[in-house]
Amino acid sequence: MFSDANLSAILLTTKLASIVTILLLLISTPIAWWLARTRCRAKVAIEALVAMPIVLPPSVIGFYLLVAMGPEGPVGQLTQALGLGTLPFTFTGLVIASIFYSLPFVVQPIQLAFENISEHYLEAAATLGANPLDRFLTIALPLALPGFLTGGILGFAHTVGEFGVVLMIGGNIPDVTRVVSVQIYDYVEALEYDQAWELSAIMIAFSFVTLLLLYLFNPNKRKTA
Amino acid sequence: MTTIQKLLTTLFFLCTFSSVQAQTVMVAVAANFTEPMQDIAAAFDEETGNKTVLSFASSGKFFAQIKNGAPFDVFLSADTAKPLALEEAELSVKGSRFSYALGGLVLWSTNADFIDSQSPDVLTAGQFKHLSLANPKLAPYGLAAVETLNNLGVYDDVANKIVMGENIAQAYQFVATHNAQLGFVALSQVMKQGKLSSGSGWIVPKDLYSPIRQDAVLLKKAKDNDAAKALLDYLKSDKALAIIESYGYSH
Repeated sequence: MFSDANLSAILLTTKLASIVTILLLLISTPIAWWLARTRCRAKVAIEALVAMPIVLPPSVIGFYLLVAMGPEGPVGQLTQALGLGTLPFTFTGLVIASIFYSLPFVVQPIQLAFENISEHYLEAAATLGANPLDRFLTIALPLALPGFLTGGILGFAHTVGEFGVVLMIGGNIPDVTRVVSVQIYDYVEALEYDQAWELSAIMIAFSFVTLLLLYLFNPNKRKTA
Repeated sequence: MTTIQKLLTTLFFLCTFSSVQAQTVMVAVAANFTEPMQDIAAAFDEETGNKTVLSFASSGKFFAQIKNGAPFDVFLSADTAKPLALEEAELSVKGSRFSYALGGLVLWSTNADFIDSQSPDVLTAGQFKHLSLANPKLAPYGLAAVETLNNLGVYDDVANKIVMGENIAQAYQFVATHNAQLGFVALSQVMKQGKLSSGSGWIVPKDLYSPIRQDAVLLKKAKDNDAAKALLDYLKSDKALAIIESYGYSH
Protein backbone atom coordinates (compact mmCIF):
# COMPACT_ATOMS: atom_id res chain seq x y z
CA MET A 1 0.00 0.00 0.00
CA PHE A 2 2.75 2.47 0.92
CA SER A 3 5.95 3.29 -0.91
CA ASP A 4 9.16 2.01 0.70
CA ALA A 5 10.08 5.53 1.69
CA ASN A 6 6.78 6.09 3.47
CA LEU A 7 6.92 2.73 5.20
CA SER A 8 10.44 3.42 6.37
CA ALA A 9 9.40 6.81 7.76
CA ILE A 10 6.40 5.31 9.56
CA LEU A 11 8.50 2.52 11.11
CA LEU A 12 11.20 4.98 12.17
CA THR A 13 8.64 7.31 13.73
CA THR A 14 7.00 4.45 15.61
CA LYS A 15 10.36 3.26 16.89
CA LEU A 16 11.34 6.77 17.99
CA ALA A 17 8.04 7.44 19.76
CA SER A 18 8.08 4.03 21.52
CA ILE A 19 11.61 4.41 22.87
CA VAL A 20 10.99 8.01 23.91
CA THR A 21 7.75 7.07 25.68
CA ILE A 22 9.37 4.28 27.70
CA LEU A 23 12.30 6.51 28.70
CA LEU A 24 9.96 9.39 29.51
CA LEU A 25 7.80 7.25 31.80
CA LEU A 26 10.96 6.28 33.71
CA ILE A 27 12.30 9.84 33.88
CA SER A 28 8.98 11.51 34.62
CA THR A 29 7.93 9.29 37.52
CA PRO A 30 10.48 10.59 40.08
CA ILE A 31 10.08 14.17 38.82
CA ALA A 32 6.28 13.97 39.07
CA TRP A 33 6.42 12.31 42.49
CA TRP A 34 8.77 14.97 43.82
CA LEU A 35 6.67 17.80 42.35
CA ALA A 36 3.49 16.32 43.78
CA ARG A 37 4.85 15.84 47.31
CA THR A 38 7.46 18.53 47.89
CA ARG A 39 6.98 21.70 49.92
CA CYS A 40 10.27 23.04 48.60
CA ARG A 41 10.21 26.66 47.41
CA ALA A 42 12.01 25.71 44.21
CA LYS A 43 8.97 23.65 43.15
CA VAL A 44 7.36 26.34 41.00
CA ALA A 45 10.65 27.05 39.26
CA ILE A 46 11.11 23.36 38.42
CA GLU A 47 7.49 23.16 37.27
CA ALA A 48 8.03 26.15 34.98
CA LEU A 49 11.23 24.60 33.62
CA VAL A 50 9.49 21.29 32.86
CA ALA A 51 6.61 23.09 31.13
CA MET A 52 8.81 25.28 28.93
CA PRO A 53 8.65 23.10 25.79
CA ILE A 54 4.89 23.76 25.70
CA VAL A 55 5.45 27.43 24.97
CA LEU A 56 8.84 27.42 23.23
CA PRO A 57 8.79 27.15 19.44
CA PRO A 58 10.29 23.77 18.48
CA SER A 59 12.73 25.55 16.21
CA VAL A 60 14.16 27.31 19.27
CA ILE A 61 14.60 24.02 21.13
CA GLY A 62 16.06 22.45 17.99
CA PHE A 63 18.47 25.28 17.37
CA TYR A 64 19.80 25.32 20.94
CA LEU A 65 20.17 21.55 20.89
CA LEU A 66 22.00 21.73 17.56
CA VAL A 67 24.48 24.19 19.05
CA ALA A 68 24.71 22.47 22.46
CA MET A 69 25.18 18.99 21.00
CA GLY A 70 27.59 20.20 18.31
CA PRO A 71 31.35 19.66 18.61
CA GLU A 72 31.83 23.08 20.26
CA GLY A 73 28.82 22.86 22.59
CA PRO A 74 28.88 21.63 26.20
CA VAL A 75 26.88 18.47 25.48
CA GLY A 76 28.95 17.79 22.37
CA GLN A 77 32.19 18.17 24.35
CA LEU A 78 30.90 15.67 26.90
CA THR A 79 29.70 13.07 24.38
CA GLN A 80 32.99 13.35 22.51
CA ALA A 81 34.97 12.90 25.71
CA LEU A 82 32.90 9.77 26.39
CA GLY A 83 33.80 8.50 22.94
CA LEU A 84 30.24 8.74 21.62
CA GLY A 85 30.91 11.34 18.96
CA THR A 86 28.34 14.08 18.46
CA LEU A 87 24.58 13.55 18.54
CA PRO A 88 23.04 15.63 15.72
CA PHE A 89 22.16 13.55 12.64
CA THR A 90 21.85 10.38 14.75
CA PHE A 91 18.84 8.43 16.02
CA THR A 92 20.14 8.81 19.59
CA GLY A 93 20.19 12.57 19.06
CA LEU A 94 16.52 12.47 18.05
CA VAL A 95 15.64 10.41 21.13
CA ILE A 96 17.33 12.90 23.47
CA ALA A 97 15.79 15.92 21.74
CA SER A 98 12.33 14.30 21.82
CA ILE A 99 12.66 13.63 25.56
CA PHE A 100 13.15 17.37 26.15
CA TYR A 101 10.33 18.22 23.79
CA SER A 102 7.72 15.79 25.17
CA LEU A 103 8.67 15.91 28.87
CA PRO A 104 5.81 18.15 30.12
CA PHE A 105 3.21 16.01 28.35
CA VAL A 106 4.22 13.03 30.44
CA VAL A 107 5.18 14.71 33.73
CA GLN A 108 2.01 16.77 34.12
CA PRO A 109 -0.64 13.98 33.95
CA ILE A 110 1.43 11.78 36.29
CA GLN A 111 1.98 14.66 38.72
CA LEU A 112 -1.76 15.38 38.71
CA ALA A 113 -2.51 11.71 39.43
CA PHE A 114 -0.05 11.65 42.33
CA GLU A 115 -1.52 14.87 43.75
CA ASN A 116 -4.97 13.31 43.75
CA ILE A 117 -3.90 10.43 45.98
CA SER A 118 -5.12 11.11 49.48
CA GLU A 119 -2.41 11.42 52.11
CA HIS A 120 -4.53 9.17 54.37
CA TYR A 121 -3.88 6.01 52.33
CA LEU A 122 -0.14 6.53 52.53
CA GLU A 123 -0.27 7.35 56.24
CA ALA A 124 -2.41 4.30 56.98
CA ALA A 125 0.06 2.11 55.12
CA ALA A 126 2.92 3.67 57.05
CA THR A 127 1.30 2.89 60.38
CA LEU A 128 0.93 -0.72 59.22
CA GLY A 129 4.69 -0.81 58.71
CA ALA A 130 5.04 -0.28 54.95
CA ASN A 131 8.33 1.41 54.08
CA PRO A 132 8.37 4.39 51.65
CA LEU A 133 9.30 2.26 48.62
CA ASP A 134 6.60 -0.26 49.50
CA ARG A 135 4.04 2.55 49.88
CA PHE A 136 5.05 4.00 46.53
CA LEU A 137 4.96 0.70 44.64
CA THR A 138 1.84 -0.85 46.16
CA ILE A 139 -0.33 2.22 46.74
CA ALA A 140 0.80 5.30 44.80
CA LEU A 141 1.63 3.60 41.50
CA PRO A 142 -1.61 1.60 41.11
CA LEU A 143 -3.74 4.57 42.14
CA ALA A 144 -1.94 6.81 39.64
CA LEU A 145 -2.24 4.34 36.77
CA PRO A 146 -4.68 6.46 34.72
CA GLY A 147 -2.17 9.32 34.92
CA PHE A 148 0.57 7.06 33.56
CA LEU A 149 -1.67 5.94 30.71
CA THR A 150 -2.56 9.50 29.82
CA GLY A 151 1.08 10.60 30.07
CA GLY A 152 2.27 7.66 27.99
CA ILE A 153 -0.27 8.23 25.24
CA LEU A 154 0.33 11.97 25.14
CA GLY A 155 4.11 11.52 25.15
CA PHE A 156 3.90 9.02 22.30
CA ALA A 157 1.54 11.18 20.25
CA HIS A 158 3.49 14.35 20.83
CA THR A 159 6.73 12.67 19.73
CA VAL A 160 5.07 11.35 16.58
CA GLY A 161 3.92 14.88 15.78
CA GLU A 162 7.32 16.43 16.38
CA PHE A 163 8.68 18.37 13.43
CA GLY A 164 10.66 21.52 14.14
CA VAL A 165 13.16 19.84 16.42
CA VAL A 166 13.85 16.95 14.03
CA LEU A 167 14.22 19.34 11.14
CA MET A 168 16.86 21.28 13.03
CA ILE A 169 19.02 18.42 14.29
CA GLY A 170 18.02 15.51 12.06
CA GLY A 171 19.73 16.09 8.74
CA ASN A 172 16.94 14.23 6.95
CA ILE A 173 18.77 10.91 6.62
CA PRO A 174 16.59 8.00 5.39
CA ASP A 175 16.09 5.27 8.02
CA VAL A 176 18.00 7.30 10.62
CA THR A 177 16.31 10.65 11.08
CA ARG A 178 13.69 11.05 8.32
CA VAL A 179 10.48 10.75 10.32
CA VAL A 180 6.92 11.07 9.00
CA SER A 181 6.51 14.80 9.67
CA VAL A 182 9.72 15.59 7.78
CA GLN A 183 8.68 13.27 4.95
CA ILE A 184 5.35 15.10 4.61
CA TYR A 185 7.15 18.42 4.61
CA ASP A 186 9.44 17.18 1.82
CA TYR A 187 6.47 16.11 -0.30
CA VAL A 188 4.76 19.47 0.08
CA GLU A 189 7.94 21.37 -0.72
CA ALA A 190 8.58 19.15 -3.74
CA LEU A 191 4.99 19.74 -4.91
CA GLU A 192 4.25 15.98 -4.60
CA TYR A 193 0.87 16.68 -3.09
CA ASP A 194 -0.57 13.19 -3.70
CA GLN A 195 2.07 11.60 -1.49
CA ALA A 196 1.63 14.37 1.07
CA TRP A 197 -2.11 13.71 1.16
CA GLU A 198 -1.62 9.99 1.76
CA LEU A 199 0.80 10.37 4.65
CA SER A 200 -1.10 13.29 6.16
CA ALA A 201 -4.32 11.29 6.13
CA ILE A 202 -2.56 8.57 8.12
CA MET A 203 -1.44 11.16 10.65
CA ILE A 204 -4.96 12.51 11.01
CA ALA A 205 -6.37 9.03 11.54
CA PHE A 206 -3.59 8.32 14.04
CA SER A 207 -4.28 11.50 16.02
CA PHE A 208 -7.97 10.71 16.21
CA VAL A 209 -7.44 7.14 17.35
CA THR A 210 -4.89 8.30 19.93
CA LEU A 211 -7.23 10.86 21.45
CA LEU A 212 -10.06 8.35 21.34
CA LEU A 213 -7.93 5.90 23.35
CA LEU A 214 -7.07 8.69 25.72
CA TYR A 215 -10.70 9.40 26.50
CA LEU A 216 -11.60 5.69 26.66
CA PHE A 217 -8.89 5.01 29.24
CA ASN A 218 -9.78 8.10 31.16
CA PRO A 219 -13.56 8.17 31.49
CA ASN A 220 -13.33 9.86 34.90
CA LYS A 221 -11.78 12.93 33.41
CA ARG A 222 -15.13 14.16 32.16
CA LYS A 223 -16.93 13.61 35.45
CA THR A 224 -14.35 15.44 37.50
CA ALA A 225 -13.66 18.21 34.99
CA MET B 1 -15.75 72.04 12.17
CA THR B 2 -15.40 70.17 15.39
CA THR B 3 -12.05 68.75 16.37
CA ILE B 4 -13.21 65.26 15.47
CA GLN B 5 -14.32 66.42 12.04
CA LYS B 6 -11.01 68.18 11.47
CA LEU B 7 -9.15 65.09 12.52
CA LEU B 8 -11.20 62.85 10.23
CA THR B 9 -10.75 65.23 7.30
CA THR B 10 -7.02 65.34 7.85
CA LEU B 11 -6.90 61.56 8.10
CA PHE B 12 -8.93 61.23 4.92
CA PHE B 13 -6.57 63.49 3.00
CA LEU B 14 -3.54 61.79 4.46
CA CYS B 15 -4.84 58.43 3.31
CA THR B 16 -5.68 59.49 -0.22
CA PHE B 17 -2.45 61.43 -0.48
CA SER B 18 -0.31 58.54 0.61
CA SER B 19 -2.12 56.09 -1.65
CA VAL B 20 -1.31 58.27 -4.64
CA GLN B 21 2.27 58.81 -3.51
CA ALA B 22 3.31 55.35 -2.42
CA GLN B 23 2.17 51.82 -2.99
CA THR B 24 2.92 48.71 -1.06
CA VAL B 25 4.54 45.75 -2.76
CA MET B 26 4.33 42.37 -1.07
CA VAL B 27 7.25 40.24 -2.18
CA ALA B 28 7.79 36.52 -1.57
CA VAL B 29 11.55 35.98 -1.61
CA ALA B 30 13.34 32.63 -1.79
CA ALA B 31 15.40 32.26 1.40
CA ASN B 32 18.76 32.22 -0.37
CA PHE B 33 18.14 35.70 -1.79
CA THR B 34 17.33 37.27 1.59
CA GLU B 35 20.30 39.59 2.01
CA PRO B 36 20.61 40.99 -1.51
CA MET B 37 16.85 41.56 -1.64
CA GLN B 38 16.90 43.50 1.63
CA ASP B 39 19.53 45.83 0.14
CA ILE B 40 17.67 46.12 -3.16
CA ALA B 41 14.31 46.81 -1.49
CA ALA B 42 15.85 49.48 0.73
CA ALA B 43 17.37 51.23 -2.30
CA PHE B 44 14.13 50.90 -4.27
CA ASP B 45 11.98 52.29 -1.45
CA GLU B 46 14.33 55.20 -0.96
CA GLU B 47 14.30 56.10 -4.65
CA THR B 48 10.59 55.66 -5.32
CA GLY B 49 8.90 56.22 -1.95
CA ASN B 50 7.11 52.91 -2.26
CA LYS B 51 6.91 50.43 0.56
CA THR B 52 8.30 47.00 -0.14
CA VAL B 53 7.30 44.29 2.33
CA LEU B 54 9.49 41.20 2.16
CA SER B 55 8.67 37.65 3.24
CA PHE B 56 11.33 34.96 3.30
CA ALA B 57 10.75 31.21 3.03
CA SER B 58 11.52 28.33 0.73
CA SER B 59 10.19 28.54 -2.81
CA GLY B 60 8.13 25.38 -2.37
CA LYS B 61 6.30 26.88 0.59
CA PHE B 62 5.60 30.11 -1.28
CA PHE B 63 4.36 28.14 -4.26
CA ALA B 64 1.81 26.30 -2.11
CA GLN B 65 0.77 29.56 -0.44
CA ILE B 66 0.36 31.46 -3.71
CA LYS B 67 -1.70 28.63 -5.18
CA ASN B 68 -3.93 28.96 -2.15
CA GLY B 69 -4.45 32.68 -2.35
CA ALA B 70 -1.51 34.25 -0.49
CA PRO B 71 -1.54 38.04 -1.02
CA PHE B 72 1.86 38.42 -2.73
CA ASP B 73 2.49 40.78 -5.64
CA VAL B 74 5.89 39.50 -6.71
CA PHE B 75 7.53 36.10 -6.35
CA LEU B 76 11.30 35.67 -6.46
CA SER B 77 11.80 31.93 -6.71
CA ALA B 78 15.00 29.94 -6.19
CA ASP B 79 14.38 28.07 -9.41
CA THR B 80 12.69 28.32 -12.81
CA ALA B 81 10.15 25.53 -12.39
CA LYS B 82 7.85 27.20 -9.87
CA PRO B 83 7.38 30.54 -11.66
CA LEU B 84 6.71 28.54 -14.83
CA ALA B 85 4.15 26.38 -13.05
CA LEU B 86 2.42 29.50 -11.71
CA GLU B 87 2.26 30.91 -15.22
CA GLU B 88 0.74 27.68 -16.52
CA ALA B 89 -1.82 27.79 -13.72
CA GLU B 90 -2.63 31.37 -14.81
CA LEU B 91 -1.70 32.75 -11.42
CA SER B 92 0.94 35.09 -12.80
CA VAL B 93 1.02 37.79 -15.47
CA LYS B 94 2.13 36.34 -18.82
CA GLY B 95 5.41 37.75 -20.08
CA SER B 96 6.53 38.99 -16.68
CA ARG B 97 8.82 36.04 -15.97
CA PHE B 98 12.59 36.60 -16.14
CA SER B 99 15.84 35.40 -14.50
CA TYR B 100 17.00 37.86 -11.90
CA ALA B 101 20.06 35.97 -10.69
CA LEU B 102 22.28 32.96 -11.27
CA GLY B 103 23.35 31.27 -8.06
CA GLY B 104 26.91 30.23 -7.31
CA LEU B 105 27.91 27.13 -5.34
CA VAL B 106 30.80 26.80 -2.91
CA LEU B 107 32.20 23.93 -0.86
CA TRP B 108 32.70 25.64 2.48
CA SER B 109 34.06 25.03 5.98
CA THR B 110 34.25 27.31 9.01
CA ASN B 111 37.82 26.08 9.52
CA ALA B 112 40.19 28.49 7.76
CA ASP B 113 42.70 25.79 6.78
CA PHE B 114 40.35 22.96 5.86
CA ILE B 115 39.58 23.50 2.19
CA ASP B 116 42.08 24.29 -0.56
CA SER B 117 40.61 27.13 -2.59
CA GLN B 118 42.03 25.54 -5.75
CA SER B 119 40.79 21.94 -5.48
CA PRO B 120 38.08 19.68 -4.06
CA ASP B 121 40.64 17.13 -2.76
CA VAL B 122 39.21 17.50 0.72
CA LEU B 123 36.24 15.40 -0.44
CA THR B 124 38.40 12.34 -1.08
CA ALA B 125 40.86 12.88 1.77
CA GLY B 126 38.03 11.70 4.04
CA GLN B 127 38.96 13.80 7.08
CA PHE B 128 35.36 14.62 7.88
CA LYS B 129 32.30 12.94 9.32
CA HIS B 130 29.45 14.91 7.78
CA LEU B 131 29.04 16.69 4.47
CA SER B 132 26.10 19.05 4.52
CA LEU B 133 23.99 19.90 1.51
CA ALA B 134 20.49 21.10 0.73
CA ASN B 135 17.94 18.41 -0.11
CA PRO B 136 18.42 17.87 -3.88
CA LYS B 137 14.75 17.03 -4.23
CA LEU B 138 13.73 20.43 -2.92
CA ALA B 139 16.54 22.89 -3.48
CA PRO B 140 18.36 23.74 -6.71
CA TYR B 141 21.54 24.26 -4.68
CA GLY B 142 21.24 20.70 -3.39
CA LEU B 143 20.75 19.38 -6.90
CA ALA B 144 23.81 21.33 -8.06
CA ALA B 145 25.82 19.85 -5.19
CA VAL B 146 24.87 16.30 -6.18
CA GLU B 147 25.67 17.03 -9.84
CA THR B 148 29.06 18.35 -8.75
CA LEU B 149 29.80 15.24 -6.67
CA ASN B 150 28.79 13.02 -9.59
CA ASN B 151 30.87 14.98 -12.08
CA LEU B 152 33.87 14.78 -9.77
CA GLY B 153 33.24 11.01 -9.53
CA VAL B 154 33.20 11.08 -5.72
CA TYR B 155 29.50 10.73 -4.94
CA ASP B 156 29.78 7.11 -3.80
CA ASP B 157 32.76 7.95 -1.57
CA VAL B 158 30.82 10.56 0.39
CA ALA B 159 27.23 9.27 0.12
CA ASN B 160 27.05 7.89 3.66
CA LYS B 161 28.40 11.14 5.12
CA ILE B 162 25.75 13.36 3.59
CA VAL B 163 23.34 15.21 5.86
CA MET B 164 20.58 17.26 4.27
CA GLY B 165 19.05 20.55 5.22
CA GLU B 166 15.55 21.20 3.95
CA ASN B 167 16.91 24.26 2.20
CA ILE B 168 20.23 25.96 1.64
CA ALA B 169 19.87 28.05 4.81
CA GLN B 170 19.78 24.88 6.88
CA ALA B 171 22.65 23.31 4.94
CA TYR B 172 24.60 26.41 5.93
CA GLN B 173 23.44 26.16 9.55
CA PHE B 174 24.78 22.61 9.90
CA VAL B 175 28.24 23.81 8.86
CA ALA B 176 28.09 27.09 10.78
CA THR B 177 27.33 25.22 14.03
CA HIS B 178 30.30 22.88 13.32
CA ASN B 179 28.05 19.82 13.26
CA ALA B 180 29.11 19.18 9.67
CA GLN B 181 32.79 19.85 8.97
CA LEU B 182 32.01 21.07 5.48
CA GLY B 183 29.15 21.52 3.10
CA PHE B 184 27.90 22.82 -0.22
CA VAL B 185 26.30 26.20 0.40
CA ALA B 186 25.28 29.18 -1.68
CA LEU B 187 28.12 31.51 -2.53
CA SER B 188 25.85 34.34 -1.44
CA GLN B 189 25.80 32.99 2.11
CA VAL B 190 29.54 33.17 2.66
CA MET B 191 30.56 35.91 0.27
CA LYS B 192 30.51 39.54 1.30
CA GLN B 193 31.90 42.30 -0.90
CA GLY B 194 33.31 39.76 -3.33
CA LYS B 195 35.31 37.57 -0.93
CA LEU B 196 34.79 34.78 1.60
CA SER B 197 33.71 36.35 4.88
CA SER B 198 34.96 33.43 7.01
CA GLY B 199 36.46 29.96 6.94
CA SER B 200 37.77 28.34 3.77
CA GLY B 201 36.10 27.28 0.57
CA TRP B 202 36.38 25.98 -2.97
CA ILE B 203 34.17 27.86 -5.41
CA VAL B 204 32.70 25.16 -7.64
CA PRO B 205 33.45 25.79 -11.34
CA LYS B 206 30.27 26.52 -13.29
CA ASP B 207 30.86 23.63 -15.72
CA LEU B 208 30.34 21.07 -12.93
CA TYR B 209 26.63 21.81 -12.41
CA SER B 210 23.61 23.06 -14.34
CA PRO B 211 23.00 26.79 -13.91
CA ILE B 212 21.07 27.68 -10.75
CA ARG B 213 18.75 30.07 -12.50
CA GLN B 214 16.38 32.00 -10.27
CA ASP B 215 13.23 33.40 -11.85
CA ALA B 216 10.98 36.24 -10.79
CA VAL B 217 7.35 36.69 -11.73
CA LEU B 218 4.57 39.26 -11.34
CA LEU B 219 1.53 37.64 -9.75
CA LYS B 220 -2.03 38.01 -11.02
CA LYS B 221 -3.14 39.98 -8.00
CA ALA B 222 -0.63 42.74 -8.89
CA LYS B 223 -1.42 43.08 -12.58
CA ASP B 224 -2.41 46.73 -12.00
CA ASN B 225 0.13 47.46 -9.29
CA ASP B 226 2.59 49.93 -10.81
CA ALA B 227 4.94 49.71 -7.85
CA ALA B 228 5.23 45.95 -8.25
CA LYS B 229 6.07 46.37 -11.93
CA ALA B 230 8.58 49.09 -11.07
CA LEU B 231 10.23 46.77 -8.54
CA LEU B 232 10.64 44.05 -11.17
CA ASP B 233 12.20 46.60 -13.54
CA TYR B 234 14.41 47.80 -10.73
CA LEU B 235 15.75 44.25 -10.30
CA LYS B 236 17.23 44.59 -13.80
CA SER B 237 18.82 47.98 -13.12
CA ASP B 238 22.59 48.45 -12.89
CA LYS B 239 22.31 49.37 -9.25
CA ALA B 240 20.43 46.17 -8.38
CA LEU B 241 22.76 44.05 -10.52
CA ALA B 242 25.75 45.48 -8.66
CA ILE B 243 24.17 44.48 -5.33
CA ILE B 244 23.33 41.03 -6.70
CA GLU B 245 26.92 40.49 -7.88
CA SER B 246 28.43 41.65 -4.60
CA TYR B 247 26.74 38.65 -2.96
CA GLY B 248 28.35 36.18 -5.33
CA TYR B 249 25.47 35.80 -7.80
CA SER B 250 25.92 36.35 -11.51
CA HIS B 251 23.20 37.06 -14.06
